[in-house]
Amino acid sequence: MRFAVLVFPGTWSDWDCVYALEDLGQTAERVWHRETSLDDYDGVILPGGFSYGDHLRCGAIARFSPVMSALDRFAATGRPVFGSCNGFQILCEAGLLPGILQRNASMQFRCQPQALSVERIDSGFTGACESGQIVQLPVSHGEGQYFASPQVLDELEDAGRVLFRYHGENPNGSLRDIAGIVNPTGNVLGMMPHPERASDALLGGTDGNYIWRSIIEHWG
Amino acid sequence: MTSYPPPGDARPAQVDDDVLAQIALSRDEYERACDMLGRAPSDVELGMLGALWSEHCGYKHSRPLFHHFPTEDERILTNLGEENAGAIDIGDGWVAVMKIESHNHPSAIEPYEGAATGVGGIVRDIFAMGAQPIALLDSLRFGPLDDRRNRRLCSGVVAGIGGYGNCLGIPTVGGELVVGESYSGNPLVNAMCLGIAPRGSLISATAGPPGTQLMIVGADTGRDGLHGATFASVELDEASAERRPAVQVGNPFLEKSLMDACVGLVRKHRDWLEGLQDCGAAGITSSTVEMAERAGAGIRIQTQQVPRRESGMTPYEVMLSESQERMIAAVKPAHVGDVQDWFEHWDLHAEVIGDVTDDGLAKVYDGEREVAAAPVSLLTGPPAYEPDAKRDPDAASRAGWDPGTLADLEPMQANDALLRLLASPNVASKRWVYRQYDHMVGTNTVITPGSDAAVLRIRGLQQGLALCTDGPGRAVELDPYSGAARAVAEAARNVACTGARPVAVTDCLNFANPERAPIYYQLRESIRGMADASRAFRTPVVSGNASLYNESEDGPVTPTPVVGMLGIISDVTNVVRMAFQDESDEIWLLGAGLEQEASTLGGSEYLSLLYGKEAGPVAIDLDAEAALVDVLVEAAEAGLLKSAHDCSDGGLAVAVCESAIAGGIGASIDAEIPGRLDAALFGEAGGRAVVSIAPDQGEQLAALAVQHGVRAARIGRVTAARLELGPMSVPLTEASEAWTSALPRLLDS
Repeated sequence: MRFAVLVFPGTWSDWDCVYALEDLGQTAERVWHRETSLDDYDGVILPGGFSYGDHLRCGAIARFSPVMSALDRFAATGRPVFGSCNGFQILCEAGLLPGILQRNASMQFRCQPQALSVERIDSGFTGACESGQIVQLPVSHGEGQYFASPQVLDELEDAGRVLFRYHGENPNGSLRDIAGIVNPTGNVLGMMPHPERASDALLGGTDGNYIWRSIIEHWG
Repeated sequence: MTSYPPPGDARPAQVDDDVLAQIALSRDEYERACDMLGRAPSDVELGMLGALWSEHCGYKHSRPLFHHFPTEDERILTNLGEENAGAIDIGDGWVAVMKIESHNHPSAIEPYEGAATGVGGIVRDIFAMGAQPIALLDSLRFGPLDDRRNRRLCSGVVAGIGGYGNCLGIPTVGGELVVGESYSGNPLVNAMCLGIAPRGSLISATAGPPGTQLMIVGADTGRDGLHGATFASVELDEASAERRPAVQVGNPFLEKSLMDACVGLVRKHRDWLEGLQDCGAAGITSSTVEMAERAGAGIRIQTQQVPRRESGMTPYEVMLSESQERMIAAVKPAHVGDVQDWFEHWDLHAEVIGDVTDDGLAKVYDGEREVAAAPVSLLTGPPAYEPDAKRDPDAASRAGWDPGTLADLEPMQANDALLRLLASPNVASKRWVYRQYDHMVGTNTVITPGSDAAVLRIRGLQQGLALCTDGPGRAVELDPYSGAARAVAEAARNVACTGARPVAVTDCLNFANPERAPIYYQLRESIRGMADASRAFRTPVVSGNASLYNESEDGPVTPTPVVGMLGIISDVTNVVRMAFQDESDEIWLLGAGLEQEASTLGGSEYLSLLYGKEAGPVAIDLDAEAALVDVLVEAAEAGLLKSAHDCSDGGLAVAVCESAIAGGIGASIDAEIPGRLDAALFGEAGGRAVVSIAPDQGEQLAALAVQHGVRAARIGRVTAARLELGPMSVPLTEASEAWTSALPRLLDS
């Protein structure tokens, strides 16, 4: 597959995502936020970082970048869009996913290994996982506490749109331990953890590859 | 005698004692400058002089001692002190660039911003050389954490380091946190950065030939940080809080863009540039004047061209502002437009603020008015001082005390002593700190914080890089020479425990007021000790920083030279970790037998924690230390080691426990412990490491040790869930709980 890895001023997981995808034999290109078309790509990644320094609110300024209109159009075609960390925050700010990410309950940044439960394996992002699987993906954020109204949370649960929950320690106080959700059509995933940091055995884990491989198997 | 004409439109500054105090220039120094100029300086010249002749920029007390340091070998590509950081050839066409720097005084006043801008400054030093920063480390010292004021400083500093470093996308992979009485009110915040670059794309901080255009890029200039370099060069007192304006405010987002733009510019279009320099202490003054000095040239600066964020700024304020996130690029005249366009991509504006001349003068203009015209050589040639040195009699007498006069530890008290040591902030897990730092971004961190040294891989290379910092202040206070040599030895041992060959040192010299004889003695002897140790390990000193005048109303800080060490692992897949792995593996002690003299308790954490005593002799055997490093590196390369961990704070007992806790598996030290129990368990003799190996590898390890003249003995084995060491026996869970919960208990309260 050919992936666009979006780069906003302040993005920093762009290269990490490019390498993780290239290591799996995919093509991945960094795409500057001023681009206006994503037509040439099969999938789009919104990586982690501090776009615009988190000024105003995480992701609040990035959503006005020119590439975001292209992303709207891209998502509407049903092709995969995956946002991790700041990418998740941007997807929420842009209205592609519901809810918001607020300051961690601890009021401190948290960077640590994290266990997640895979809630369903019949999605495009988790098809390579096993039922009931626990995966280890690092988290690294100061504002990852998922928050939405009880109504929205119930809708997400009822529609099976919660794909990942924190297992054991909840690192940020997210409601209902939510770590990752998809849009109603199941082709836009946002999650706080970093699969690109768990894509190389030398660095201590390869569970991130379940997500990349799921995407490739489903949409590739 | 030469006399330099005064700048056309400036009157000589009015100079009284208050003015001199504000810029930390002594009356003698002022008169010396007048003599050299042949006239009185103008006010802008005086400000520039005060900044460049400050201890912080001018190294007046430390420079005369730097000749002790070994600075060269075939790997080292820079001369000490001539560039923003030291460069080391790591093979296959790649270069590592590193430096450590202090931000102590700003952090004492405003912990979050002080620490944050310390990170910003050291990162700019690295990318000013064209290198991509890939790792940060932080060496921190605070007063006791049961004091609310110290807790506030600690929490603020850690949050500030995280707040800035995390936003940059550079992993913070290691460092230290040490607590001691003397750091109350004067914390030490040292930040180290490592970068890498292809060998051909390093760039110098030079101004280039006459005609070169000087461009400023990054933040607009404001009044923040005025006199920061001066502030760093005086003691802290009650009025220091009023110097908050001397502490800068950081914008890490801007720095991230500036870093990406500068690294990209040097990689792609090095030919557009003559040089690149960061605006650090003393702002535009020090950056441009030092660039001119390197080029043997003069400069002209037009202050009205400097983009400002405040109105009504005087030329004096523009020249001395320490606004953060600014760089000076020396650009070939034909490429000024290209450079502007390049930075526009990141929404950064580059402006020409001056040019390079051939008259050797630093001239400053405010529109048509010439407000400074002083020789570059004068500005960059502060006096150097070698004050009287005399060992502090109290420290000497404490060092002469014999720990053998203490009664030995009762076997029944051993468990309790161990648990107390594990819960000491100086020994306990630092997870509370490093989980606030992104230590994984960049996906190169092979060994994450909490180990002897961090290890990074470099994509596409077989080599790995190991990094650590060490600064055993207590030992330095007792015996500056041996203690400082120990800092280097500990750092070398730490990187060697990962399988890395130590290759280069960067150092941060944190001392009190060097104008006093006991302090200058500490400084001089520490430098000699570090120099001799660096020679023994063949690890030249490539860069560093001196932070003097670290004193608060309660007195001077413990002398704390901090050593940052770089090591190279020939094949990163052979990396060795500190955790015990499998039951029945053998545990060996390298470098010494179990029996230890009482004297090895000198300056130990054990004596300090259990007896409140910071006393006793501090010894160092550099040949033995170097031989141990050889054994560790060769054993790792031969694939013999399943774990390795050095014995330092808390001695053998703590080293064994830490390897066990890290592995979640127990250990039984079944060899008999002869001699004194306290010294064997908790003595801090150097030159030792605890390793574990597969049960059938003992002979090979022993043979390797013999070959290097290093003592090696099997002392026990890896077991299930208990820790047993002589009379000591505790469940792993209990030890682990003591070790992991200590800092959260202190700092979250």
